[in-house]
Amino acid sequence: MKADEVPQDDSVLGDHRRAVYATDARGRYVAVASRGWEVEKIVNAQANEEIRATVEAARLRVRAGRASALEYYMLRAQMTPGLLASYAGLASLRVRWHLRPAVFRRLPTALLRRYADALGIDVETLRVVPDRPEVHR
Amino acid sequence: MTIVFEHRHAGHCESGTVSALLRHQGLDMSEPMVFGIGGGLFFLHLSIVKMGGIPLTSYRDAPRAIFKNIGRRLGVRWRTHRYRDPVAAMRALDEFLAQDRPVGLQTSVFWLPYFPPDMRFQFNGHNLVAYGKRDNAYLISDPVGEHPVTCPAEDLQRARFAKGPFAPRGLTYYPEYVPANPDLKRAARDAIRATAKRMTGLPLPFLGVRGIRRLAGKLERWPDTLGHDSARLWVGSVVRMQEEIGTGGAGFRFMYAAFLQEAGELLGSDVLRDSARELTAVGDRWREFAVLGAQLVKHRADDPDIYRRLAETLGECAEREEKIFTRLKGV
Repeated sequence: MKADEVPQDDSVLGDHRRAVYATDARGRYVAVASRGWEVEKIVNAQANEEIRATVEAARLRVRAGRASALEYYMLRAQMTPGLLASYAGLASLRVRWHLRPAVFRRLPTALLRRYADALGIDVETLRVVPDRPEVHR
Repeated sequence: MTIVFEHRHAGHCESGTVSALLRHQGLDMSEPMVFGIGGGLFFLHLSIVKMGGIPLTSYRDAPRAIFKNIGRRLGVRWRTHRYRDPVAAMRALDEFLAQDRPVGLQTSVFWLPYFPPDMRFQFNGHNLVAYGKRDNAYLISDPVGEHPVTCPAEDLQRARFAKGPFAPRGLTYYPEYVPANPDLKRAARDAIRATAKRMTGLPLPFLGVRGIRRLAGKLERWPDTLGHDSARLWVGSVVRMQEEIGTGGAGFRFMYAAFLQEAGELLGSDVLRDSARELTAVGDRWREFAVLGAQLVKHRADDPDIYRRLAETLGECAEREEKIFTRLKGV
């Protein structure tokens, strides 16, 4: 790739730029700062759409009483029960059990705090899911 | 406490961090040189190891390979520390900084607030340099960023103690000894031979050039074996590994070509200069593969022909990389 062909498209990078290696007029490699590439934007959007769809489906399940807010926030943090378990320092099976709405509702605050810390949110946030889809994770 | 630390924009976090730490100790090497001597280039496609249900594709060697190979090939002696207790790890970091010692840290991008939100995936292998602290925030030279940034202590602590595959466990590292004049010629030659062997000679079908061919064969059948929705998602994932996660373009092929060019000057070798040009051309083909893959994702053009063309492009990349690395084995 030639330095003057390095894409400078709008992308997920926002005001960041990434370094890309390309050749200058004499064929020498240089690092060129790129604002982004359409291709990256498309595949990144695909991956994020996938996450958002999963999170939104969970939100609707919680609203319908079929899942717990814990499941929603777990998926929002791109975690599986196993990963959440290692963050919270609990057994994976226990986390799965706590994901049930009826069980989750009765969890003591100490345990809620543990989950909230693992997920990087407040205990109050963890109790309920938002009324509408979140734009950002 | 602030250390004067030169920030340089890099294509990849590990080679960027290693070259920045070495430069701070007086050994000024370009990022491609560190990447090449570190044996960074590779290819693998593992159907059995899945991340979020999608097979693992990688255009480089395992995390920390560059770090280790640089130590071995240049005689750099690294000190590394891991911690059980996050608070102790942060205290130790403060002590390093108080001794004017910038250190490399392994982190998860998911918890780093200065990353663009849509790039914050659960990925634990991100390297950066901490070089100071102001109020309750750390001064960070993240090599893939254009400028130095700051990161609140609480977020950095989380990022250093992320869980899951490749959990960093607070990993902190710095060069304890850096030779003033390492034998770069020998190191470059050894590294090229080793990478050439890994790319062409490993007996497993999912590694190196054989891995590229295997991916080509599988990818062509994905619409039949997986259905169109998953097939598009899997193709998108391969393209992301190639372009999104900090590779310097074309899945590290351009960065490695830059290394071959620099090594070619160093060793006065036309084989290396030619190989650099040829790998650049192959990199351009990888970029075409990415363009085609993105078209498939964007337009949902589920035409079997597009999968055939994707597979064909991969096959050509495999063919040409096999030629390049077979020739480089004899450098």
